Amino acid sequence: MYVMGVESSCDETSVAIVKDGKTVLANVVLSQIDIHKEYGGVVPEIASREHVKGISLVFDQSIKKAGIQYKDIDLVAVTEGPGLIGSLLVGVAAAKVVAMNYDIPIIGIHHIAGHIYANNIEHDLVFPCLALVVSGGHTELILMDKHYQFKKIGETVDDAVGEAYDKVARVLDLPYPGGPMVDKLAQQGKDLYHFPRPLFDSKDYQFSFSGLKSHVINLHHNLSQRHEVFELADFCASFQEAVTDVLVKKTKAAAKEYQVKQIIVAGGVAANKGLRGKISREITDIPVCFPSLGYCTDNAAMIAVAGFFKYKTGNKADDYTINGNSRLEL
Amino acid sequence: MEITLKIHNLLEMEKLASKIAKHLFPGFVLGMGGDLGSGKTTFTQYLAKHMGIKAVVNSPTFTILKIYQNHLPLYHMDVYRLEKIGYDYELDEFIYGDGVAVIEWYEYIKRMLPETMFSMDIKALSETDREITIKGGGVYAEIIKDLSH
Repeated sequence: MYVMGVESSCDETSVAIVKDGKTVLANVVLSQIDIHKEYGGVVPEIASREHVKGISLVFDQSIKKAGIQYKDIDLVAVTEGPGLIGSLLVGVAAAKVVAMNYDIPIIGIHHIAGHIYANNIEHDLVFPCLALVVSGGHTELILMDKHYQFKKIGETVDDAVGEAYDKVARVLDLPYPGGPMVDKLAQQGKDLYHFPRPLFDSKDYQFSFSGLKSHVINLHHNLSQRHEVFELADFCASFQEAVTDVLVKKTKAAAKEYQVKQIIVAGGVAANKGLRGKISREITDIPVCFPSLGYCTDNAAMIAVAGFFKYKTGNKADDYTINGNSRLEL
Repeated sequence: MEITLKIHNLLEMEKLASKIAKHLFPGFVLGMGGDLGSGKTTFTQYLAKHMGIKAVVNSPTFTILKIYQNHLPLYHMDVYRLEKIGYDYELDEFIYGDGVAVIEWYEYIKRMLPETMFSMDIKALSETDREITIKGGGVYAEIIKDLSH
């Protein structure tokens, strides 16, 4: 079964062709990151325009690379939300055109389901499965008892992890996107400051990163005012240690309580070396899977895989009234 | 009308939010200014609580807007990324809508905001102390008068 995936929820325009929810024949990603760099983040209106500019090319390249024709496609899976509404609409409209033109069923996919299913490309999901979803907009623990069934057991009460990284980077004057830069510097520094670990001892699976962010900002401000010399690397390392300590502890506790057989890490922050290292070191009795780096950031292959499993588990295809929904719930 | 208040802890922040919550009405526009970590989102969480919203109110930074349905809906925005652009037409229907619009970094989209609105600029004096400057004209001036007692 050939599934075409379409993703345009933020600043990546992507179309992929995946066979049987597993074999990626093409995964073309056009990133706008250089355009948004000068604004310090994704600007919605610019993102929509860039999607419009690039999307036809990305469709054609994907088909060419997969070596198939449009009429060979069995299902079109498209990210319907959440995300920036203008951006979502471009992908949804383009996917509908293909589906209607070639009379192919179309199915809407939740962006986070896509990130979770990115793991199925190189591994097989084993249930019950616990997903730690970490990105610029999300920090959630999701339990799956079977394919395409999601139960949120915890989430952030304020900032998402990726957002805290970006905001700390902003204060430290690091270039956008800040997350990877903080991660890189953290590898060279030491945890000198022992920042607070918010909600570390709470018995639930909620996260909080806003207070930690403020703590880092205050300390930086105070040190700068006193003209004290400090290493950015130590700042980054201390911040990263605090963040990853909390993420790993809660993931470990949830895995134990729900007796899961597999842990998967999903979303852009799954690319973070500090997190990858710590979670693999500290959780040794349950297999922990990460997508390879190319499938951590937004891409359409993961949407195609999620589409395959959503369809296969008996979910009905959508009709052509499917539309973008910027605040879709999983 | 303009007043400046000093608060010393989260409890006082919540008290202020609960007082303001009593005066909210459909179409209320509340702009929030202040550096990263000054407490804009924290204030909004307290405001939401006193509006009767039970859902987790977390940061709207990534999506720019989060919507909380309620008898008086809350539209929570963070327009930091719009600094160099100055507007986003998608936000219009929420700023001029039937709920309460809380806009963090409102100065960045000043030209798409109504002339008469309620604004709070928070300055961090120390880890816990905050100086809050509250401004507003028209109906909002009456509310500020009430807050000053």
